Amino acid sequence: MSEQNQHLDAIQDIRRMMKRSSKFLSLSGLSGIAAGCWALIGAYFAYDWIAEYYNNYGDNGYSGAIFQKLKFNLLLLAAAVLTAALVSAFFFTWRRANKNKLPLWDHTTRSLTLNMLIPLITGGLLILAMLSYNEWRFVGPLSLVFYGLALVNASKYTINDILYLGLSEIVLGLLNTQFIGYGLYFWAVGFGVLHIIYGFAMWWQNERRPVQDY
Amino acid sequence: MANSTNPISGLNKIFDNRIRLGVMSVLMVNEEISFNDLKQMMEVTDGNLATHLVTLEESGFLKVHKGFIGRKTNTTYSITRTGQKAFGDHIVALEQMIKGMK
Repeated sequence: MSEQNQHLDAIQDIRRMMKRSSKFLSLSGLSGIAAGCWALIGAYFAYDWIAEYYNNYGDNGYSGAIFQKLKFNLLLLAAAVLTAALVSAFFFTWRRANKNKLPLWDHTTRSLTLNMLIPLITGGLLILAMLSYNEWRFVGPLSLVFYGLALVNASKYTINDILYLGLSEIVLGLLNTQFIGYGLYFWAVGFGVLHIIYGFAMWWQNERRPVQDY
Repeated sequence: MANSTNPISGLNKIFDNRIRLGVMSVLMVNEEISFNDLKQMMEVTDGNLATHLVTLEESGFLKVHKGFIGRKTNTTYSITRTGQKAFGDHIVALEQMIKGMK
């Protein structure tokens, strides 16, 4: 090996180690696509149930056993969508890490998780607090805004595309504050459509062919 | 610096080794990193990594912090000013070597 190649090798080594040690690069675009699909399925069911409630019990208002049942069902649906999205997101990312022979749980994943959870838990608690005052109008906008902030914060520790996904979610959430009552549509776009678009873009850029850069 | 025109002067013998170079690269972009994380990234044995870390510590390039998580020791490392400078000089020298050879 010539001396020049040796020096080039050294520089490539340095670059690789810097990148690999500070960013979690195994995040799979397929994770986003899967999460987006689950969100759209969930939104479809929620829309259906809510429409049915209004058709049959139009004058019942927001109290009574039937309304409580709808609320309970929607909560269950939300939990199911979240679980399905997390499990499939985890699966595709685990598969990609495995393929690239990189650890799934190292200190980059730890910083990523921590930086994502801080805004996410803050937003979640804020929304719960508002619900306890019967203030439900901002559930949609705030969940989008705080999810967006979580992504922006986490983007420093992973693939850069996450920054733009986060910014889009924030804009969408803020827009939603001017269209209160259309929360479900904004949710479907934010958690469904945007995830699918960005997931596909990430997959197209980074995963179509095997990466040599690791 | 009188010898700044000579690119070879910036090349640091200590960074000739792949593991030592790798450790320094990781420390440049991470404020603090544990022994186990380093081991996982370098894919080396405990003893091997420890030897190289001692060399770097003795050159004044990194600081060692000994701590505990419960009863287990948790040793973390961070880069020193001297280390940052030496590493920066080394990279500049590498670049100049490559440019000079073209």
